[in-house]
Amino acid sequence: MAGVTATSTHAKELGWPEKEELTFGFIKLTDMAPIAIAYEKGYFEDEGLYVTIEAQANWKVLLDGVIDGRLDGAHMLAGQPIAASIGYGTKANIITPFSMDLNGNGITVSNEIWKQMKPNIPKMADGRPQHPIKADALKPVVEKYKSEGKPFNMGMVFPVSTHNYELRYWLAAGGINPGFYAPHKGDTSGQIDADALLSVTPPPQMPATMEAGTIYGYCVGEPWNQQAVFKNIGVPVVTDYEIWKDNPEKVFGITEAFAEKYPNTTIRLTRALIRAAQWLDENNNANRPEAVKILSQSNYVGADYEVIANSMTGTFEYEKGDKRPVPDFNVFFRYNATYPYYSDAIWYLTQMRRWGQISEDKSDEWYFETAKKVYRPDIYEAAAKSLVADKLATAQDFPNFATEDGFRSPQTHFIDGIVYSGLKPNEYINKFSIGLKQGETL
Amino acid sequence: MASTTPVAGTPDRSAISLSLLRSKLLPALKPVIAPVIGVLGFLLLWTIASQNINTSLGQFPNAGNVFEQFSALYQEHAQEREKEEAFYERQEKRNAGRVAKDPSYVPKIRAYTGKETFFDQIGTSLITVMSGFLLAAITAIPLGIAVGLSKTLNAAVNPIIQIFKPVSPLAWLPLVTMVVSALYATPDPMIPKAFLNSMITVTLCCLWPMVINTAVGVASIDNDLNNVSKVLRLPALKHVQKIVLPASVPMIFTGMRLSLGVAWMVLIAAEMLAQNPGLGKFVWDEFQNGSSQSLSRIMAAVFVIGFIGFLLDRSMLQLQKLVSWDKKSLA
Repeated sequence: MAGVTATSTHAKELGWPEKEELTFGFIKLTDMAPIAIAYEKGYFEDEGLYVTIEAQANWKVLLDGVIDGRLDGAHMLAGQPIAASIGYGTKANIITPFSMDLNGNGITVSNEIWKQMKPNIPKMADGRPQHPIKADALKPVVEKYKSEGKPFNMGMVFPVSTHNYELRYWLAAGGINPGFYAPHKGDTSGQIDADALLSVTPPPQMPATMEAGTIYGYCVGEPWNQQAVFKNIGVPVVTDYEIWKDNPEKVFGITEAFAEKYPNTTIRLTRALIRAAQWLDENNNANRPEAVKILSQSNYVGADYEVIANSMTGTFEYEKGDKRPVPDFNVFFRYNATYPYYSDAIWYLTQMRRWGQISEDKSDEWYFETAKKVYRPDIYEAAAKSLVADKLATAQDFPNFATEDGFRSPQTHFIDGIVYSGLKPNEYINKFSIGLKQGETL
Repeated sequence: MASTTPVAGTPDRSAISLSLLRSKLLPALKPVIAPVIGVLGFLLLWTIASQNINTSLGQFPNAGNVFEQFSALYQEHAQEREKEEAFYERQEKRNAGRVAKDPSYVPKIRAYTGKETFFDQIGTSLITVMSGFLLAAITAIPLGIAVGLSKTLNAAVNPIIQIFKPVSPLAWLPLVTMVVSALYATPDPMIPKAFLNSMITVTLCCLWPMVINTAVGVASIDNDLNNVSKVLRLPALKHVQKIVLPASVPMIFTGMRLSLGVAWMVLIAAEMLAQNPGLGKFVWDEFQNGSSQSLSRIMAAVFVIGFIGFLLDRSMLQLQKLVSWDKKSLA
């Protein structure tokens, strides 16, 4: 009886959505799953939201769509709202109340590069290459291309994408300089002093671009690494799980104006997304096969079932036939994956500074303030608490909001062994051997 | 599969039947035979080609695959309609529930939010192309008449027409998108922005052939007709109505036919680039999907796009026949 009263008073508190018809954008990648699931399982409708989901051509079109109001919200690269709020690329106030997933990316090289890398990789007892493969194995190959005067081209999906930072992280950890940005000098190619030249290719075009020989390797989300294996055009060498265990990946982005104008709608859409993420990880990924089936529909990701299933169901196929378990390749809910931690935002900011996208030195305070402008755990908390009140989730599913300060404890699982603490951004930047340090400008 | 050898008459066939064929049957069948041979030849070449093209996205589709996809697309359409029904049912229930809780609430029926099927996309594209084309015609034909009548105006406008005419939709689209989103900033737009973007891009690209053809048509009116008008002292509007328009209708329609062709091509490109709903988006989505059926589905769309383009051209021709007095000038 008490529970019922609590629920009904709560429904009054939350209120009906101010805007009911919404359009959300996404890019054809498996990590858009929470949006598709919230739609297909009726979680949006449960909130009184009538959502249209539209695939977008590339990250730029998607971002512009959210800014100009054509889209109400979208599946975004975590770096996008952050970059927009500091004015790198397009300036706009975009916030995120919901982090969409952990991990989910890989770095793939072409068969030709793999052949040249393979002799440099230590082998396990059964003859298979030992993982994680470091960029040390790629270094001699890049040096050979460089000495022959040939540019070593690689692809990533967007200048402020996780993939750009992950690829750079991996390369730099192996002693390969991925180059710097110098926006204050008008250089946004990110290829100053580069050993490997990184350029932008939209995710679904990665395999085809690599097959055409324009790039020798790329970093992208699923299913575009597994697609390369299936089509026999490349070999994924490392997953982002091995570069940084449980790294934050996509976020759900809306404009700040939207959140202010439609507070109930914002909380309600966050509720629906939280429920979808829970469903995706429920009972040890038991729902994943069904999720894969939904994602393989042509209006969502659209790739073949087998290709998507390869990574979504807890395995990852490296070289053809070398399928290994990576149970956390896609994490949608556990480990507080959906909570927008400030420290996650700060990591992206440190990488923007490291590679020169932020051209000037910033104080630690600046990092904290910027993160707080973009990441909105307050909205998440309101959504989570109302779900608990409605008995759709339990308090244990979420961080302890009473004590949570938005910073994960120092993270240690990086491929180069460097420890990251979101509380000390400048100290963290100074730890890297390749990259801009405190006080340095180009 | 490739056993269809389209050799009808080999030399050992009797000469008599051949001459009979030539004198009687052939003239009657001539309009049919050539197109049939053409299509069969195309199918043969396609089959051979598709067997030899193996891409990273899979085998190039053959006619059978494409046909299969047509039926799959139809099935998806039917399924989507079922889902739509369920959607409205759920919505009604939800609305009723809300009214029970909050009697002041006026229930609203929201449009189905599911995906657009292939057939929906065809409809969207057709509506967009016709709107863009009509908008262009409304602007271009009066402009063309004015330009054709006045040498000074022609001299003034001509450089602009010449410069804008060859501009591709891919260049217009970003400009249109930016202007539309800046000017058309209502929170709940009646007309979707994507539709406006596609439509205006189409208009901008298909304006020029109509302006040029109308102007040339008007400018090249027989001097005798102009003199008649002068003798009768027709006022300017009457002159346009009675002399200029009837005399330049064939050229105006030639311009409109050209424009409609351009409009259809431009629309598909604009939809692909901007992900605006329509057949272009269908093609681009499938390309991005990269599933094993994607190529066949794109091929199916290609046939539909071509067929619709053909129908548009034919219907324009019929329209021209209806309004034109000079039937001989029609092809």
